[in-house]
Amino acid sequence: MNLPHIDFSVITPELIVIATALVVMLAEFVGAHATPSPTRSHRIALIALLGLVLAALAAVAGLGRAATDIQGMLVADDLGRYLELVVLLAAALGLLLAWDYLPQFTKMHSEYYALYLLAVVGMMFMGKSTELITLFVSLEILSVALYVLTGFHRGQLAAGEAALKYFLLGAFSSAFFIYGAALLYGDTGSTHLVDIAARASGGFLTLAGLALLLVGFGFKLAVVPFHMWTPDVYQGAPTPVTAFMSVGTKAAAFVALFRVLQAAGVSYATWSLVLALLATLTMTWGNLAALRQSSLKRMLAYSSIAHAGYMLIGVTAGMQLGLSAVLFYLFAYAFMNIGAFAVVSLLERPGYHATQDATIDAARGLFARKPLLAVVMAIFLLSLAGVPPLAGFFGKLYLFNAAVQSGWIWLAIVGMINSVVSAYYYLRVTVLMFMTEADETSFLRSPLSNATGLAIAVAMVGTLLLGIFAGPWLQQLGQAALAFAGS
Amino acid sequence: MIPTDYVLILAAVLFTIGAAGVLVRRNALIIFMCVEMMLNSVNLTLVALADLWGNLTGQVFAFVVMAVAAVEVAVGLAIIMAIVRHKDTSNIDEINLLKG
Repeated sequence: MNLPHIDFSVITPELIVIATALVVMLAEFVGAHATPSPTRSHRIALIALLGLVLAALAAVAGLGRAATDIQGMLVADDLGRYLELVVLLAAALGLLLAWDYLPQFTKMHSEYYALYLLAVVGMMFMGKSTELITLFVSLEILSVALYVLTGFHRGQLAAGEAALKYFLLGAFSSAFFIYGAALLYGDTGSTHLVDIAARASGGFLTLAGLALLLVGFGFKLAVVPFHMWTPDVYQGAPTPVTAFMSVGTKAAAFVALFRVLQAAGVSYATWSLVLALLATLTMTWGNLAALRQSSLKRMLAYSSIAHAGYMLIGVTAGMQLGLSAVLFYLFAYAFMNIGAFAVVSLLERPGYHATQDATIDAARGLFARKPLLAVVMAIFLLSLAGVPPLAGFFGKLYLFNAAVQSGWIWLAIVGMINSVVSAYYYLRVTVLMFMTEADETSFLRSPLSNATGLAIAVAMVGTLLLGIFAGPWLQQLGQAALAFAGS
Repeated sequence: MIPTDYVLILAAVLFTIGAAGVLVRRNALIIFMCVEMMLNSVNLTLVALADLWGNLTGQVFAFVVMAVAAVEVAVGLAIIMAIVRHKDTSNIDEINLLKG
């Protein structure tokens, strides 16, 4: 029997994370006292964090060396490496948030971190897949792990409800996704994106297959009109999970979307108009709905829908111009969004019902109570709104610039109007923090733990540095994008 | 032999019935069964197409879909159970804490 030769260097970071997940799962049983305790939880979290850091080092080491293997099912190009870095960054920050958040409501630490790492693996594989079956399986790995993580707070009905909604709609969207994949296979006789690009007929089967795939992607990216689950799930899930999945899932799905569109076998003109309309709808709906939210988490959920809309502008702009802008935005979004969620996690009353906690009022008078924290939160919110010279501003600038250069001037204008609208709800929280007195509605979990503090500090430094070194970093990402667009 | 077109049309009809069921029915379990029906109609499509193209990719894909469906059943039923313990209902209209 001939075993196929496999070049494992293509998937080194993934292998490291998988191994860590297994170690974490077994770590529960090591030691004389198998009783769960905070120290034990921290030990497990530390192992998981080490695994993530090692995987990130492996990903960095692989930069500049593109390779395809596992029967041409996975590619480790620079685009994939950068995607791994975004996902690992989001995962590490989310893990630091869970450090002290998790012991508040559960004793099942091993399970949490193992599932968490498996979701990370799914995302990393998804961004590197060059074949529809691999793409589908990695999408399911990340989805199934996230369904469970969403409902991890079993004592809360809201968490269960969020998990149920996420699960039903996620499975529903997966069905569309594989139907699309099946039709593309019917059109070309292959599930490899390379073959699909070469053989697609461009007829009914190609178009229908691509449209159904787009529906599947739309659900995962929370694109209007496939966004219904997003606010409920983001609100009901534990905050560290929300922070992680709002960035990680988007990053993986956007990169996979680029790969599929490049191989679509359909002309740019056909799909770019559809994406432009989806982007317009998504931005506008997300921002308008965020305006009238009273829960901080729900507001950030709608804001994340709007941000998916901004990034769709970059996809509309195409491979050459849009991809590097989207990649840049993903890095910026990872820092500023997880930073904002980190502060929100401190404003939540432990044990409270998920539908009541972390209202916007909880931020009242934060500046008087914790000046530094209020300033940091304001910086995250301003960056999300797109105020210079923060990371979010340059992210939007590059996206809109890509749109203008590729001829989508109206789309860039819609994006700018939307940024202005979004400033209203970000600033509303800022005003509450700085200009009102603390009263009985305001709350802050104290004392600020080292892990959460570290996560906030890293997010803060990232938001500032990406703003300062925006140009060189974009150039770096642009090379990866060019290599991909030319391939 | 049955023409491939017939099988594909049958699968498309099954997929549509499943999708309509997801949108119309109100019981979480029935919705989930409708999703399973959609997945299986895709399996039918894949197998028919594999026969048409004369390669095994479609059949392998169908097996992968079955495995994933099994995983979803395990997780999905656990989630539904967790809710029923809290609220003693699987009607999604009554599970409505989160809205706005």
